[in-house]
Amino acid sequence: MLITCPYCGPRDVIEFTYQGDGNRERPDPASQNFEAWNAYVYDRLNPAGDHNEIWQHSGGCRAHLRVVRNTLTHEISSVGFARGDHASAARRNAEDKA
Amino acid sequence: MMAEYSAFSLLANALKGNKDWKPAWRKPDPKASYDVIIIGGGGHGLATAYYLAKEHGITNVAVLEKGWLGSGNVGRNTTAVRSNYLLPANTRFYEHSMKLWEGLSHELNYNVMFSQRGCLNLAHTPAQFDDYARRGNAMRHLGVDAELMTPAEIKRLIPALDISSEARFPVVGGLMQRRAGTARHDAVAWGYARGADRRGVDIIENCEVTGFLRDGDRVTGVTTSRGDIRARKVAVAVAGSTGRVMQLAGVETMPIESHVLQAFVTESLKPFIDTVVTFGMGHFYMSQSDKGGLVYGGDIDGYNSYAQRGNLPIVDEVMSEMLALFPGLARVRMLRSWGGVCDMSMDGSPIITTGPLPGMYLNCGWCYGGFKATPASGWTFAWTIAKDEPHDFNAPFTLDRFHRGLVIDDKGQGANPRLH
Repeated sequence: MLITCPYCGPRDVIEFTYQGDGNRERPDPASQNFEAWNAYVYDRLNPAGDHNEIWQHSGGCRAHLRVVRNTLTHEISSVGFARGDHASAARRNAEDKA
Repeated sequence: MMAEYSAFSLLANALKGNKDWKPAWRKPDPKASYDVIIIGGGGHGLATAYYLAKEHGITNVAVLEKGWLGSGNVGRNTTAVRSNYLLPANTRFYEHSMKLWEGLSHELNYNVMFSQRGCLNLAHTPAQFDDYARRGNAMRHLGVDAELMTPAEIKRLIPALDISSEARFPVVGGLMQRRAGTARHDAVAWGYARGADRRGVDIIENCEVTGFLRDGDRVTGVTTSRGDIRARKVAVAVAGSTGRVMQLAGVETMPIESHVLQAFVTESLKPFIDTVVTFGMGHFYMSQSDKGGLVYGGDIDGYNSYAQRGNLPIVDEVMSEMLALFPGLARVRMLRSWGGVCDMSMDGSPIITTGPLPGMYLNCGWCYGGFKATPASGWTFAWTIAKDEPHDFNAPFTLDRFHRGLVIDDKGQGANPRLH
């Protein structure tokens, strides 16, 4: 499995650390909504198909990435930064190479 | 019920040219309705059907299997059976399973080749050895056998093991459960299938569940690739496919992630190791099959997957761990590798419960330890389905324990399924 890091390009999965389901929404730290916390900690969509997930390029640039990967085929359809500015990162990457 | 397989029947059939053996299970078409439908014709589903018929007299039962019988995890595991847990809920459950294993070949009149060759967990640091002493004491407290072993004793048991001080992770001792061992995984599926079939259970292969029939909230049956089937009770025992099947029932989230676990077997060797051994400085376990192949595996790949195949980093890691323990195996060729989809729960313990919808019963969360649980899983799930309440053995394994703060986290890893 290869993951195309926006900074580093296509790299083997061994360079990455899986950080799990990217669909979960962490409640506000001050929140006392126990159900929301329980859901955040324990409940998973676990889809068979495209899965929105977080990986860290721990053996490379250490960026946190948001990856959409098919859990049936392991095919990766998109990689962006977890913080969400995928387009600008891809552009910077292209400019660096140029 | 007269034994179908015996020395006498073997001789009688041999004299008649072996033409009169009956198939171990029929291939019936599904009926329009049953008392109980069990989704999933793996070890747990078949065991559940067997114990429903045998212990509770409920025989109007269908087991629906989307592929062929035994095509899932019951045919993909590394066959180890043990009950060496720390927490009482797990120890009691798995020890019940062990006791059922001890009588299983006789019970089923089917040789499941249960071999109590022991399971040895190696310790590589004094702290780990202390931890094993604690676990061994916890086991013995609940009547399960456990003994600590010294490096010299371990060397006598497994001569090929590198216990020298030059080893990458020197062995300082180990925790042995002598009653643990291995069983022939396919035979477990076939034995339970035949036992259930002969008691009237319909085992329906190539029958994929595509949806649930509902009357309001209540589940009243299933739609399948072979038509609609109604039932008073619908039981789900689909392991790695739990997420998919529950979504068909409208249950969007579960405390489960599906992950792929790979396993490996080498070419056949002469007798090399006559116990199950596990590595304490990583995750590796190995035994030798009766055919002579070394059967071994390690960690799950570590990302969500429904694909029954994995990636190379884990292959590399497992081989490295094998060679750290057994440098002498460096030239042995790996014959096959494969993957199975594991239903990793958020605390590493299973779920065997009524619900979550009316008319539904749920059995899942086996992580990668489901094979050894097969008899007790079927036994307790059958009880739960028949009586609409759990047995004491599975009462702690509820679905709502996560939201109620009652997790059973044997390894103390937290809600991180890829670490269990």
